[in-house]
Amino acid sequence: MQTTSPSFPSNARQALADPDLQQALTKMKVGFVVNRANAVAKLPEFDTLRDEGRDIKNHVLSNLDTYLERFEAKVTENGGHVHWCRTADEARRTILDICRSVDAKTVTKGKSMIGEEIGINDFLEENGVTPVETDLGEYIIQLRKEPPSHIIAPAIHVPKEKVAESFFETHDQLDADRNLDEPRALVDEARSMLRQKYLDADVGITGANFLIAETGSTVIVTNEGNGDLTQTLPKIHIVTASLEKIVPTLEDASTILRLLARSATGQEFSSYTTFSTGPRRPEDADGPEQFHVVLLDNGRSALLGTEFQDILRCIRCGACMNHCPVYGAVGGHAYGWVYPGPMGAVLTPTLIGVDQAAHLPNASTFCGKCQQVCPMHIPLPKLMRHYRERAFERGLTPGTLRAGLKMWAFFARRPRLYQFFAGLKMRALAAAGRRRGRFKSLPLAGGWTRHRDMPAPQGATFQQQWDAAGGAR
Amino acid sequence: MTDSARARAQILGMIRKGKASQTPDGQSPDERIDAKRRGTIPARVDKDHAALVELFVDHATALSATVSRVDDESEIPGAVADYLAGENLPATLCAAPDPALQALPWDTRPALTVRYGRSDGADEVSLTPAFAAVAETGTLMLRSGPDHPTTLNFLPDTHVVVLRESQIVGPYEEAWDRLRAAGPIPRAVNFVSGPSRTADIEQTIQLGAHGPRRLHIVLVQDGEGESDGG
Amino acid sequence: MTLETENPRVGLFVTCLVDLFRPNVGFAAVKLLEAAGCRVSVPRLQTCCGQPAYNSGDRADTRAIARQVLDAFDGYDYVIAPSGSCAGMIRDHYPALFDDDPEQSPRAHHLARRTYELVSFLRDIRGMDAVDARYDGTATYHDSCSGLRELSIKDQPRHLLGSVDGLTMVDLPGAEVCCGFGGTFCVKYPDISNHMVEDKAADIEATGADLLLAGDMGCLLNMAGKLKRRGAAVQARHVAEVLAGMTNAPAIGEPGESLPQTEGDT
Repeated sequence: MQTTSPSFPSNARQALADPDLQQALTKMKVGFVVNRANAVAKLPEFDTLRDEGRDIKNHVLSNLDTYLERFEAKVTENGGHVHWCRTADEARRTILDICRSVDAKTVTKGKSMIGEEIGINDFLEENGVTPVETDLGEYIIQLRKEPPSHIIAPAIHVPKEKVAESFFETHDQLDADRNLDEPRALVDEARSMLRQKYLDADVGITGANFLIAETGSTVIVTNEGNGDLTQTLPKIHIVTASLEKIVPTLEDASTILRLLARSATGQEFSSYTTFSTGPRRPEDADGPEQFHVVLLDNGRSALLGTEFQDILRCIRCGACMNHCPVYGAVGGHAYGWVYPGPMGAVLTPTLIGVDQAAHLPNASTFCGKCQQVCPMHIPLPKLMRHYRERAFERGLTPGTLRAGLKMWAFFARRPRLYQFFAGLKMRALAAAGRRRGRFKSLPLAGGWTRHRDMPAPQGATFQQQWDAAGGAR
Repeated sequence: MTDSARARAQILGMIRKGKASQTPDGQSPDERIDAKRRGTIPARVDKDHAALVELFVDHATALSATVSRVDDESEIPGAVADYLAGENLPATLCAAPDPALQALPWDTRPALTVRYGRSDGADEVSLTPAFAAVAETGTLMLRSGPDHPTTLNFLPDTHVVVLRESQIVGPYEEAWDRLRAAGPIPRAVNFVSGPSRTADIEQTIQLGAHGPRRLHIVLVQDGEGESDGG
Repeated sequence: MTLETENPRVGLFVTCLVDLFRPNVGFAAVKLLEAAGCRVSVPRLQTCCGQPAYNSGDRADTRAIARQVLDAFDGYDYVIAPSGSCAGMIRDHYPALFDDDPEQSPRAHHLARRTYELVSFLRDIRGMDAVDARYDGTATYHDSCSGLRELSIKDQPRHLLGSVDGLTMVDLPGAEVCCGFGGTFCVKYPDISNHMVEDKAADIEATGADLLLAGDMGCLLNMAGKLKRRGAAVQARHVAEVLAGMTNAPAIGEPGESLPQTEGDT
């Protein structure tokens, strides 16, 4: 997927001026946040489970090689295949080869962030295979040729009128007089449209919320049931998963599942949680004949043992973005790549490079809300700060900011000089601002005074006044 | 070496390199898998079996599933027919070829047409057994097999599930124990919590996105639950 | 109990924004600390905790500045800052800064253990139950992020404000939502910051309070500046000013005809 992360500031300005988006974000801030809080309040064990979830993932990350080998052995034992892919390109080619092996014309897809990360749809299309997204939100944005703006609610930015518009434009059989004013009618239209696609598809591709080492199972969590139709009806089921999705046992998955839906949508459990173990058995009446797991690294293994390892605990619940005031202001597209919000601000520089994504870890007030709600206790602000350090070391911090910082640090490291100049400056500022008490504009402070007044200082600095009063040193 | 094998070797190499700089946590993966240790089980399921049955019903109905309760399995055909009539649904079912379902006295309700097998997408109503149910969240556990095609759980508009009270357990972990005890893990294990739903259009919840719009549970009192201790 | 703990020696970490913009808060802090039995000094060789550098990824300058703080505040029983953000920096982040420095690391940990934000120190460590102050009006309180999430400052200011004569407190909806200041964030991403503080100001105005209180000058300058720009009648003060009964000086961003006095103006 092409990135627009380098133009985050202008993306953000556009987003702030988009009334549809702003309305959706306002609704989201109430919906997701209140629902999560209610769900957490109903489970007194929630915080204990968070600690356990973190410990499970940390244990897995310390033994990732062993668990992956165990998982692979189990998948093979069950009659499935594991394909190891270092890069997005390897993953795309692997998927295309599998599709070609059955001369696939259409592929249905469950929602998968890995699918977005490797840009599978465009690639399949370029190679003569038609991908059909089946998650309603993903389907809508596929019709609109847009990237997702949220990892669990990809079309959260699209108002229902625009959904109707897209359906009228693309559904050939749709009667022009059909009333698609309400969400119910839109859901029904998409349901009937996609029903035949499931039945016709040659290959179904889903993501995975978990991989289970004990059994070689892959797990998807959905509410719509689209993922299950996608993986049950076609001849081939391809699971795309990044390698950190693994957990040891069904019990471990159960512990983390108690955190996932509550953190994501505020549900206690999603409508469908499905554990898939290999292809159909000889005596089964249905299910795919082939079961493939495309296991993607794409830079993740390089994070092990580094200060960024903690991000590999992420379970993609979206709680960090649902609670982030910056995401809440600009939405997901402004971040310019697959993963938005705080988790995206850490993952994006990891996956596409800090030079492309330098803005993202900077675009945070470090308010800490993301870390507070993260079910896996990922210290997101700390990880963002590490990326700021990398950017600073590599000279990627914007020149004006760097120069300003350096000048400030020069004085901050020399207290006497600092206090002397601060005393002069504050007295002058106070004298200039005393009559109004504030400034409507100030040189070098345009970023501040464009939007708000700058309160004037009171006068002499505290240090000067303390001296004058003969205070203890 | 194939591309995948080369990639595999390189990825595992990277992982081991990263691992070298971490302190091992002292737990062996093999032991951990064998131990199948449970995490914290929510206290809400710390109840006797009768109370778990009620907890399951409360949670399932809160998720927009409907429940009808019968005292004996001979009453199942009647409960199914009544439910379909009450919802103005056709009296035609595609049912799982499950011996226990097939053995029910369907002839007591001659108006019902029952076909057994997988769904091809044309069926409006399906009928399946459950393997277990989790009271913790009102969740059904369905397992695939020759006697239970997975398509029945997702394609029809209305899914009717027969559940015996003795199949209700507290947490997911007890359902896993029962599944492991019943043999190798089946191809698909579906946890189903209420009907299909979506909030993808303007964050308003709509039932019946792609899967069933209605989930109806016929709960059979089979008096076997008490010995189970909850 | 030794004399030291009855009358501990406290080094006041003034914080750069209080030093430069709002000395009144520094004097209010001194007054409150003395009321709590502390002997207060203000080490001369202090400037800033280093957060602007730290949050911009400039670790070298941060460490140099932190070294200065370690030196300046050696030997005090407690180090107190009228800011959750600066106290959080010293408590939560200094130790990690010197992880790889065997000489400074124990000093950083020792300093971290002795450092507190003013109001939580008064309440939690000194056991202060009430203040001797009066303010006639209605106030609302914004929870600054660092204090709230790094130092669990939530009930302490509300408890002490409850003892101020004449003061009515009203809840601020979304009191825990960031105001959009974020240090350099507000000038690096001014449009986003503005969106956030605009929402915050609207929430503040909707409470009907005539005074906004918070425990961090950064957030207060941001919110007061926005309230003024919107033409709102709500005034803004640091919580310490009200707790110390030092509200004669004009509120933040309000005009004043005379330079403030050099001592607490109760």
